[in-house]
Amino acid sequence: MTKVSMVVNGNAVSADVESRTLLIHYLREHLNITGPHIGCETSHCGACTVDLDGKSVKSCTVFAVQAQGSDVLTIEGMAAPDGKLHVLQEAFREMHGLQCGYCTPGMITRAYRLLKENPSPTEAEIRMGISGNLCRCTGYQNIVKAIQYAASKINGVEYKEAAE
Amino acid sequence: MIPGSFEYHRPSNVGEAAALLASLDSDARVLAGGHSLIPMMRLRMAQPSHLIDLGGCADLKGIQVEGGEIVIGAMTTQHDVIASDALFAAAPILRETAMLIADPQVRYLGTIGGNAANGDPGNDMPALMMTLDATYVLRSGTGERRVKAREFYHGAYDTAAAPGEILAAIRVPAPPAGHGSAYEKLKRKVGDYATAAAAVVLTKANGRVATCAIGLTNVSDKPLLAEAAAAAVIGSALDKAALDTAVAAVEAICEPAEDQRGSAEYRTKMAGVMTRRALTRAFVLAK
Repeated sequence: MTKVSMVVNGNAVSADVESRTLLIHYLREHLNITGPHIGCETSHCGACTVDLDGKSVKSCTVFAVQAQGSDVLTIEGMAAPDGKLHVLQEAFREMHGLQCGYCTPGMITRAYRLLKENPSPTEAEIRMGISGNLCRCTGYQNIVKAIQYAASKINGVEYKEAAE
Repeated sequence: MIPGSFEYHRPSNVGEAAALLASLDSDARVLAGGHSLIPMMRLRMAQPSHLIDLGGCADLKGIQVEGGEIVIGAMTTQHDVIASDALFAAAPILRETAMLIADPQVRYLGTIGGNAANGDPGNDMPALMMTLDATYVLRSGTGERRVKAREFYHGAYDTAAAPGEILAAIRVPAPPAGHGSAYEKLKRKVGDYATAAAAVVLTKANGRVATCAIGLTNVSDKPLLAEAAAAAVIGSALDKAALDTAVAAVEAICEPAEDQRGSAEYRTKMAGVMTRRALTRAFVLAK
């Protein structure tokens, strides 16, 4: 067993784990952080996406020991301590960016990093930016709108829905 | 879907990593971005007893463009390759190709060295590195040697790297200013391996192709350098006859497996189509 310590959603955490423990299992089973979901387990679907040291990663394909000393953000760390939703969470609610919700924590966590790197993405850039996250319900249209809505809010401009 | 047990090592430089690899059991593996090896471990198709994580080796990261040569540390991620303006200015095909690998999350961790060294015929960097005539710097416990990308790939997961050798860096002669390049990849969806893909780097003089190299991805058990196809367009103004000859020469060397991406015949034809498109686009871009 190896002691693995990191900061998750602003809290210092540590747990004794086997080397083979994946980051997704460390988060879900050792820390009870169940927002990141297990979907395909083969690094395709993106449901397990978390932010690791400023990078969007699929936590099913990272060993917890590799994340020793890292700073991790999951969906649980997005809202303010008083419960006020993060702008992306608000955007997904307002724009109906989810149906079953299984992909949503990964989508929002990925969109968070996308907007940090590119606060005014084009629609094409949004679609490329979330191309590692699969959604089987929405057809992506409202997810794209939600990210556009969040980008508008972040940039302090009024969100205008493109004509369809 | 839990990998087998292993002992984890995290050396802080490549010398330490090579010494560790030399001292451990023969089934020890190095871990780069992990996006090929970890899925293989989950499926128990790989069960190394030791993993040597290269993630702590700062000397394996970074991009230098100097004196007509590009040096890319093996642990440089695809994300870093895409983000480097210096690299884009020297050889834009590196960014273009990296953008077509996997998806954003995988590119944040997946490395150029892992993609090149793993020997997976579906990977995109091997054919590109052969096209660019890159040289691989291999480190072992006893020293360093250099192998041309064009001599590195022997078959699926079979490369010139000996057990105990770690790819440390990729050295690429910068293509001449004014060259044209293109990577055309046919794939079914984001994250898929190529049904067929073609890399082209060429130069032009007096409206004709002066030099040309063509590489092919995933249409054999190893990446291919299409030498006869390149020879067919050199000296031409890339007219239809020259393109047709090059495409036929490409099709003649393809030996794709039939898989869920299509029949061998289809994938061979698509290699021709990708080559035609890449040649045409590179020719327009060349000055």
